[in-house]
Amino acid sequence: MDLLNALVALTNFVIVPATAYGAQLALGALGVTLTVAVLRFTNVAHGDTMAFGTMVTILATWGLQSLGISAGPLPTALIALPVGIAVTAWLLLATDRMVYRFYRRNRASSAILLIVSIGVMFVMNGIVRLVIGVDEQRFDDGARFLVSARDFKEMTGLDEGLAIRSSQAITLVTALTVMVALFWFLNRTRSGKSMRAFADNRDLALLSGIDPDRVVRITWVLVAALATIAGTLYGLDKSFKPFTYFQLLLPIFAAAIVGGLGSPVGAIVGGFIIAFSEVGLTYAWKKVLGYTLPAGLAPDGLVQLLGTEYKNAVSFLILVLVLLIKPTGLFRGTST
Amino acid sequence: MTARTIAMFLLVLLLILLTGFLQSWNTALYILNMGLVSAIMALGLNAQWGFAGLFNVGVMGFVALGGLAAVLVSEPPVPEAWAAGGPRLLLALGTGLATIALVVAVHKRIGKRWLRIATTVILACLGFALYRMLFDPARDAIEAVDPATTGFLGGLGLPVLIAWPVGGLFAAGAAWIIGKTALGLRSDYLAIATLGISEIIISILRNEDWLARGVKNVVGIPRPVPYEIDLQQDPGFAGTAAGLGLDPVTASTLYVKLLYAGLFAIVLVALVVLSQLALNAPWGRMMRAIRDNETAAAAMGKDVTRRHLQVFILGSAVCGLAGAMMTTLDGQLTPGTYQPLRFTFLVWVMVIVGGSGNTLGGVLGGFLVFFLWVQVEPLGQALMQVLTLPLPDGALKGHLLESAAQMRLLTMGVVMLLVLRFAPRGLLPER
Amino acid sequence: MSGPFLEATGLRGGYGAADILHGCNLSVEKGRIAVIVGPNGAGKSTAMKAVFGMLPLREGRVMLGGRDITGLTPQARVAAGMGFVPQVRNIFPTMTVEENLEMGGFLRRDDIRPTIEQVYDLFPILGDKRHQAAGELSGGQRQQVAVGRALMTRPQLLMLDEPTAGVSPIVMDELFDRIIEVARTGISILMVEQNARQALEIADTGYVLVQGANRFTDTGAALLADPHVRASFLGG
Ligand SMILES: Nc1ncnc2c1ncn2[C@@H]1O[C@H](COP(=O)(O)OP(=O)(O)OP(=O)(O)O)[C@@H](O)[C@H]1O
Ligand SMILES: [Mg+2]
Repeated sequence: MDLLNALVALTNFVIVPATAYGAQLALGALGVTLTVAVLRFTNVAHGDTMAFGTMVTILATWGLQSLGISAGPLPTALIALPVGIAVTAWLLLATDRMVYRFYRRNRASSAILLIVSIGVMFVMNGIVRLVIGVDEQRFDDGARFLVSARDFKEMTGLDEGLAIRSSQAITLVTALTVMVALFWFLNRTRSGKSMRAFADNRDLALLSGIDPDRVVRITWVLVAALATIAGTLYGLDKSFKPFTYFQLLLPIFAAAIVGGLGSPVGAIVGGFIIAFSEVGLTYAWKKVLGYTLPAGLAPDGLVQLLGTEYKNAVSFLILVLVLLIKPTGLFRGTST
Repeated sequence: MTARTIAMFLLVLLLILLTGFLQSWNTALYILNMGLVSAIMALGLNAQWGFAGLFNVGVMGFVALGGLAAVLVSEPPVPEAWAAGGPRLLLALGTGLATIALVVAVHKRIGKRWLRIATTVILACLGFALYRMLFDPARDAIEAVDPATTGFLGGLGLPVLIAWPVGGLFAAGAAWIIGKTALGLRSDYLAIATLGISEIIISILRNEDWLARGVKNVVGIPRPVPYEIDLQQDPGFAGTAAGLGLDPVTASTLYVKLLYAGLFAIVLVALVVLSQLALNAPWGRMMRAIRDNETAAAAMGKDVTRRHLQVFILGSAVCGLAGAMMTTLDGQLTPGTYQPLRFTFLVWVMVIVGGSGNTLGGVLGGFLVFFLWVQVEPLGQALMQVLTLPLPDGALKGHLLESAAQMRLLTMGVVMLLVLRFAPRGLLPER
Repeated sequence: MSGPFLEATGLRGGYGAADILHGCNLSVEKGRIAVIVGPNGAGKSTAMKAVFGMLPLREGRVMLGGRDITGLTPQARVAAGMGFVPQVRNIFPTMTVEENLEMGGFLRRDDIRPTIEQVYDLFPILGDKRHQAAGELSGGQRQQVAVGRALMTRPQLLMLDEPTAGVSPIVMDELFDRIIEVARTGISILMVEQNARQALEIADTGYVLVQGANRFTDTGAALLADPHVRASFLGG
């Protein structure tokens, strides 16, 4: 019984939140890793791209809500998502046209592109602040819980409750769908394969007649979709605040590097590694240990290894460990 | 110095004077002082990026460490707090460091892979547990000492000027750790690593109240210059002010700011001279050779990573120095206000706009971009006032007027992108 | 149609201000093998790039099947019937063997399956490893992937820059046999080779390139017999 309680508590406080968060990070890291693989630069503006996409989705959600349209038990933001993706894709394509294309044509180094993306970050950040401001926004509607702690307790008779918020379930389902679709696209379609070929060997791709501009456009659209979906899911799960999205840059990059920059599988694995370490190290284990250890050994402290304020330190520590032990990441990616 | 350089710096002077005549001399001197500090930050980053091609995206962290130094050096110690848990806390920190040293040493000694991993993990866990056992009660005791006004250990009570080089040392220490890990790998790894360390430094400053009161801020840091009140009460000063046709209050604030400007200018000039000397010495030529062709330099037997580490530490130390100066100027350490866009990426804009690789370029960028940073807000406000004139009063107009304050970041981005595109080597290109 | 299938005349050009090619001439007859040999840095790879449109030419002309293609982009030359295997970085390392071949046939709109099967017939080992990442293959297998990729557009002229670089003598002989087989199907071959002796043995025409210009031009057999060529370029 105690073991069951421990398991439920663990699931409730660690496994479920970390899985949802990991899926969000994985989607973010996928966007970063695609940029690295195909466009060959580290895009510092990715966090702000996520913020922009989420902002558009929120605006569209409000628009739908004012029209009285809703998705029933699901959050309205899910219907608004295509709008967010489309506008973000348009923004990224416009940015590429006005900014990045020039440097790509001149074969600028990845270092220059990174710096250029700092400028883009300022602009996007400015736009988001201008339009929606710096305050926190909540935009989740629909059912709050898939399984509520009370129902669970009543159903099972356990002391510990298991709550699964709908945003967590939606995150998981959406992320899984997106990942499957992305891998199907990359591995099965002509366009997806041409993208991988371009990432692998740009000159040979040109010789094979692959249109570089088309590959770049497809990549930006995918990045826009991934960033908007990741941002919206994160916003539904927690809340939307532009600055938080900037701070997501660190765990997202850590995830992408841990998995191996440029490797999509790595980005996903990295996302979950970072999320589970972050949640695991900042969770107070007192409860779980209390159930599993014999009465005399139960701890009296919180057994929290790190305060939640230091969760970004976790990404950083893992990043440092990986850089020290296996700098190429767990999966081999591209090299710039 | 070319005519262009001189013209550009005259422009800066003109802009500051214009601010003085059109707005207020207090604002003008604020821009001058922060311009000097920004110029020093830009100098540090320019050493890293401009001379060595290293990505430091963690300027904010190094600047904040300088600020911490100002507190730890100049604040008076809090004896009650020391009595409550000082030694125990030091012991805890010592245990932490010893654990790390032990883990590293053991990691190096043991050859067998699984044995090595097992022992390091066990040692690290034991050390961490011991550290927390020592640390937590000490921290709680210290933070319980009169939390409204102190609740921290205080500093050494030394003159604040000593904090400036100490700030540089703090930053250098952090840079050494980062550099050891991330240099010699892909260039963008350093970017992410510095981004990470700066976030962590800020988290520590915000949350470790025993160290520098966290978000409760440390205010009233002792000054290297006289206080306005004392000046105003000094009959000699009041007399001189009256002779200049100024009232004593205005005169005292201006005088204090000018004193700061003098101190800062001395530091800036010294740093510029030093970096020019270094750049023209064989060391500087080698640095540039490495930046321009790393592979060739490595082939000629240069230890590229070591050189990179040197310049990375030096540049970060300069940022730390600037951070200590800034905190001294503010008279307070407010960890809540450190934002990467302001303290990391704005410095990047400065270096890019000024001219990466050119010492004076970075300095110029520091002044110009800071000027812009301050002035965009009133300008944007005025512009928005004019633009929204035809609109009826209401939510939209209100929102637009309010959001004008956010024009800053957009402007910085646009300026940076325009410079990168049309003057990629900056306003003062490297020769 | 008269004259050789590929005819490049008076090529001059280089990467920057200085010319690497100083009036180099190359031609290949239909279904024949032409081999370029010469010391390192002679400009062999540069000449191949020039023929393929990857080098800005100051002077010179490239004719393919009687048509002037001097102004075409490399992609357009692929469409015009040329295939090129560069000296280095000539595969997509993280993609499977089969995907490499698919990318080779990227421009084709018709069914490329039969061509893939033909490549597997030519290089059976590739058929066995079709689902393996090309970057994980051995050096010789990778060269086969590279050649197979270039064959996917069913070119009339196949250009190979050192196809046997870094492979063992046995694999080299095998590769040469395959190349002869390809030529028998009517495809013209222009090839740069470090293994000059073996390459000239299978060559219908041989070029000795020195400092961006033709030093000797003759049939392969004649060059092998020429004492000057032997002394200076074939190691005695
Ligand atoms: N991309 C390039 N940019 C500038 N110069 C180049 C480039 N590639 C080659 N060169 C120069 O052009 C000259 C000829 O080079 P090329 O590669 O054509 O020689 P090669 O005959 O193919 O030599 P190898 O047998 O070693 O392959 C050399 O001096 C080389 O340094
Ligand atoms: Mg060559």
